[in-house]
Amino acid sequence: MPKNVEKQYRELVDRYIKSQSEMDLYAGQEISREFIEKEISPEEVIGIHKSALMELLPDASDEVWHSFDFLIEMMIHYGLALQENQSLVRKQEEIQMEINIAAKVQDTLLKTEVPNFEGLDIGYLSVPAMEMSGDYIYFLSDNKKYASVGVADVIGKGIPAALCMSMIKYAMDSMQKEDSSPQVVLDVVNRIVEERVDDSMFISMFYGKYEAEGSVFSYASAGHEPALLYKASTETFEELDADGLLLGVQANVDYKEHSVVLEHGDFIAMMTDGVTETRTEDGFIDEEIIKTFLESVKDESAQSIADAVYRNFSEMQNYQLRDDFTIVIFKKDENV
Amino acid sequence: MGCQSSVDIYTEWDIVAARQLGRNEAKEIGFGTVDQARITTAISELARNIYLYAGKGNIKIIRIKEKDILGMSVIASDEGPGIADMRKVMTDGYTTSGGLGAGMPGVKRLMDEFNVQTEIGVGTTITTVKWLR
Repeated sequence: MPKNVEKQYRELVDRYIKSQSEMDLYAGQEISREFIEKEISPEEVIGIHKSALMELLPDASDEVWHSFDFLIEMMIHYGLALQENQSLVRKQEEIQMEINIAAKVQDTLLKTEVPNFEGLDIGYLSVPAMEMSGDYIYFLSDNKKYASVGVADVIGKGIPAALCMSMIKYAMDSMQKEDSSPQVVLDVVNRIVEERVDDSMFISMFYGKYEAEGSVFSYASAGHEPALLYKASTETFEELDADGLLLGVQANVDYKEHSVVLEHGDFIAMMTDGVTETRTEDGFIDEEIIKTFLESVKDESAQSIADAVYRNFSEMQNYQLRDDFTIVIFKKDENV
Repeated sequence: MGCQSSVDIYTEWDIVAARQLGRNEAKEIGFGTVDQARITTAISELARNIYLYAGKGNIKIIRIKEKDILGMSVIASDEGPGIADMRKVMTDGYTTSGGLGAGMPGVKRLMDEFNVQTEIGVGTTITTVKWLR
């Protein structure tokens, strides 16, 4: 304990005992901040106080000094609790740094290139609820005949979901063919996930393939949110859903595949439940709200639609995402 | 090494006896009130661990001197089950969250030196030192 700190404290207490001025109390709080910075523990503060008083009031009774010893004893565990707290805060900072690095690693892992495709405008957006994402988007295209996309969602969020997501990445990387049928893709990914991922993890996935010839979009789903198809000609929405079990539940699953033909102005919105299960104070939003909103931005570019959905829905929940938020837009546009 | 005294720990009352012994020694060596309270708290935690987890054991207090610096060593030993996961025991928040007190990290903070030797089925010896500054 530096002697000058004790002296400073003693002089201040002396002044206060004589004047009881607010000024000295204010100065006292300044000192207490300094004490905390120097990691002077509560029991030490009382020790300083006691020795200050012994000099200032040498005639005080022994009972008073004994009571201070008792108070010092009382403060020991407070001091320990404070030190433990400080050490936990430091540890928390370390963990936070590790997570930041892991999130960067994940960003690199997640990197996917949006196809540049004649007649099909593609936009997407994926925002994690926490530092790391359990959502996954993967594009595969020869930029000529086929443009495919996989949208996967690990149930749960944060680090466990992110670790599990890297398995999907691995599975998708093993399949570098843009013309593979959605049904086959899900079948392969399912087998890989079933063998390697813990039973407590569930993953849903939607896979779609657009074929330039005939403007056909075929799709399959592993327990994923239905995609929404907006038909420009009728100004109506159609749900694109297909039977199929979540990935990793069992090895042999018969994934159903369906297809639709896209016309100019039609677009498909593929989402994760972070979008469809947007929650406001009144509960989950209605699917009609999503449709109404999508329709209001139907003339925008695919990327603008995705961005607008995110802006609107994150605002609805006060910018606090409860789940990872991912949306992909495939828009048939003869002018691109 | 200097003179040594010890207290056997069998009952909760022995914890108080160990504290008393430690405080008297600390006072005689010349530790101030705050350090006396710290040493006593460390002894208290060590004795309590013996009482709660080993059933019986011993707290030894030794006055020491190294290069003219006086100090006090507190050695807690028992023939209890031993500590299986020392890393866990030394983790902040591990024992305190269960309301078990300052725990081993607390003892380590209260003293200047802290050393544990433990073997499953044989027992545990914790050696701590506080130097007079």
